[in-house]
Amino acid sequence: MRNISKGRQIVIYIGLILWMLVNLFPVYWMFTFSLKSNPEIFGENIIGLPREWLWSNYSSALNTGKMGVYFLNSAIVAIATILITLVVALMATFALTRLIWKQRKTLNKFFMLGLTIPIHASIVPVYVTLSRLHLLNTYWALIIPYSAFSLSMAILVCTGFMNEIPRELDESACIDGCSVWGIFLRIIVPLMKPAVATVGIYTFLQCWNELMFANVFISKSSLRTLPVGVQALSGQYTTEWGPIGAALVLATFPTLFIYIFLSKKIQDSFVAGAVKG
Amino acid sequence: MKKLYSNKLHILIFLLPALLLFCGVLIAPIGASAYFSFFDWSGFGAKTFIGFSNYKELFTSNAIGFLKALRNSLLLALLSVFLQLPLALALALTLGKKIKGERTFLSVYFMPVLISTVVIGQLWLKIYNPDYGILNVFLRSIGREDWAQIWLGNKKTALGAVFVPTLWQYVGYHMLLLYAGVKSVPQELREAAMLDGATDGQVNRYIVLPYIKPIIRISVIFAVTGSLKSFDLIYVLTNGGPLHATEVPSTLMINMLFLRNRYGMGSTIAVMLIILCFGFALLISAIFKEED
Repeated sequence: MRNISKGRQIVIYIGLILWMLVNLFPVYWMFTFSLKSNPEIFGENIIGLPREWLWSNYSSALNTGKMGVYFLNSAIVAIATILITLVVALMATFALTRLIWKQRKTLNKFFMLGLTIPIHASIVPVYVTLSRLHLLNTYWALIIPYSAFSLSMAILVCTGFMNEIPRELDESACIDGCSVWGIFLRIIVPLMKPAVATVGIYTFLQCWNELMFANVFISKSSLRTLPVGVQALSGQYTTEWGPIGAALVLATFPTLFIYIFLSKKIQDSFVAGAVKG
Repeated sequence: MKKLYSNKLHILIFLLPALLLFCGVLIAPIGASAYFSFFDWSGFGAKTFIGFSNYKELFTSNAIGFLKALRNSLLLALLSVFLQLPLALALALTLGKKIKGERTFLSVYFMPVLISTVVIGQLWLKIYNPDYGILNVFLRSIGREDWAQIWLGNKKTALGAVFVPTLWQYVGYHMLLLYAGVKSVPQELREAAMLDGATDGQVNRYIVLPYIKPIIRISVIFAVTGSLKSFDLIYVLTNGGPLHATEVPSTLMINMLFLRNRYGMGSTIAVMLIILCFGFALLISAIFKEED
C-alpha cells in the first residue's frame, strides 16, 4: 500500500466496506427479524433492532416447527459421517502412503476422481439401491452417500499430512516389535490430529448444508435434516416470518460459531480441497 | 519393516472400506446411470429398452425443455466467469496487498459460502417478497412504485432474480482461492518489479496474474461446472418456475425422477450433466494450455 495515493486508498476502503455490508446485511437482517413480530417486520421497523425481543419465535420454531428434531438429525448424520469418513480415509491413506505395493499411485489418482464427480451422477442408482435395501428413511440413507462423497477430499488432505510424518518413526516402532496395526493406531493416527480437524470441519459443512440427497432420500418428517426441515417450516409458516427467521438462525449459528473460532482453518481446508483437485 | 509393509492381506484390509464406499456410491452408479438412460422405466417394475430415444427426446422435445434449461445454466456460467470471477479477482488482488483489516475483510467475504444455501434462499425469498420484501419496500420508499415487481413470479425478472443470490453467494469462494494464489507469489518477484519502477497495476498484470494462472483456471472450471450443476438456490427460490423460466438441468432431473417417475429420462439428464461437466473442464484446461 506504500505507493498508492491517499485518495485511491480511500476509494479502495469504501469499496471493501460496501462489499462487506452486502455480505453482512442478510445475516444481520436474519438475526433481527427472528426476534420481531409481523407488524415490525412488515413496515414499522424493517431494518432496525427489534423493539420488543420476541423470543417466542424461537419456541415456535423449536416446538411447532420441530427445529429441535431436525437439528438433532443433522447432528447425528454429520457426526456419523465425519467418523466414518475419517476412519476409512485414514486407513486408505495409510495404505496409499506407507504400505508398499505397485499400483498405489494409480489408485490414488483413481480416488481423486471423486473430487470432480457431481452428486447428480449417482442419485438414481443410489436411490434405487437404498430403496431395495430398505434403507430409505433411515439415517444411513444420508450417512453412506455423504461419507462416500467426502472421501476423496479426506484422502487428499490426509495424504498431505501423512507424508510429512518421518518414516524413521515407523522404523523404530517396527524394531520395537509393533505390528502394522500397532504402528497405524499408536504412531500414525495420534500424529494426524491437524488432518483430522481439517477433514472434520470440511465434512461437517458439506453434510450440514446438503439439500438434494436429504430432500430425496428422506421423506419421513421425523428424520429430516435442517435444510429440508427449514424448507418444510417455511411452507408451514407462510404468513408469520418471525418463526422462520428463528429457524434460519438455529440452522446457521453452529456453522457461524465454528467459523468465528476457526476461520483460518476452515478457509485453509477449502483451499486445500480446491487447489490440489 | 519392508516385509511388514508389503503384506498383501494388510494392504487389502486397509484399502477395502474405502474401495467399497467409493466404488459403490460414486463409480458404479455412473455406469448404472448410463445403463438406465437407455430404458423407459418408472423406477420399479419392468424396464423397456429404447436405445437412444431418451436422448433424442431430451434434445428435441419442447415439453421437456432441456435445451432451455441448459441455456439458462450456460448463461449463469457466462455471468459467473465474466462478472463473479472478475469481482473475486479484484477483491483478492486488493486484499493480497497487505491492506489493513485484511483478515476481517477476507473472513466476512467468505462467510456466505458457509451458510446453508437453503437459508440463503429463504432469506432472498423474503427480500424478493412482493408485498413486504425489503427490495420492493425500498423501491416504494424512494418513490419508484412502478419499479416494484413480483420478482420471482414474473417470467421476465425471475431468472435475473435467481441469478443474483447465486452469483453473490460464491464470490467469496473464488476470492479465497485466488487470494491464496496471490499470497503465494514470492515477495522477491514483486519487489524486483517495484525496483524496476513498475506501478501497482503493472505488477498485477505482469507478475501476479501469470503466476496465479493455474488457480484462475481452477476457478473458471469451478464457476462453469458449478453453474451447470446449480440446484439448491433455484430449487428453494422458484423450483424452475414460473412456466419453466428458471429451469436448469438439475431441477429438471429431480422433477423427472420424483414428480413424473421417469427414471430413464432422469438418468439421461444425469449422464448429460456428467458429460458436460467433464467436457467443459477439459475444454477450459485446453484453452488455458493454448494460451501458454
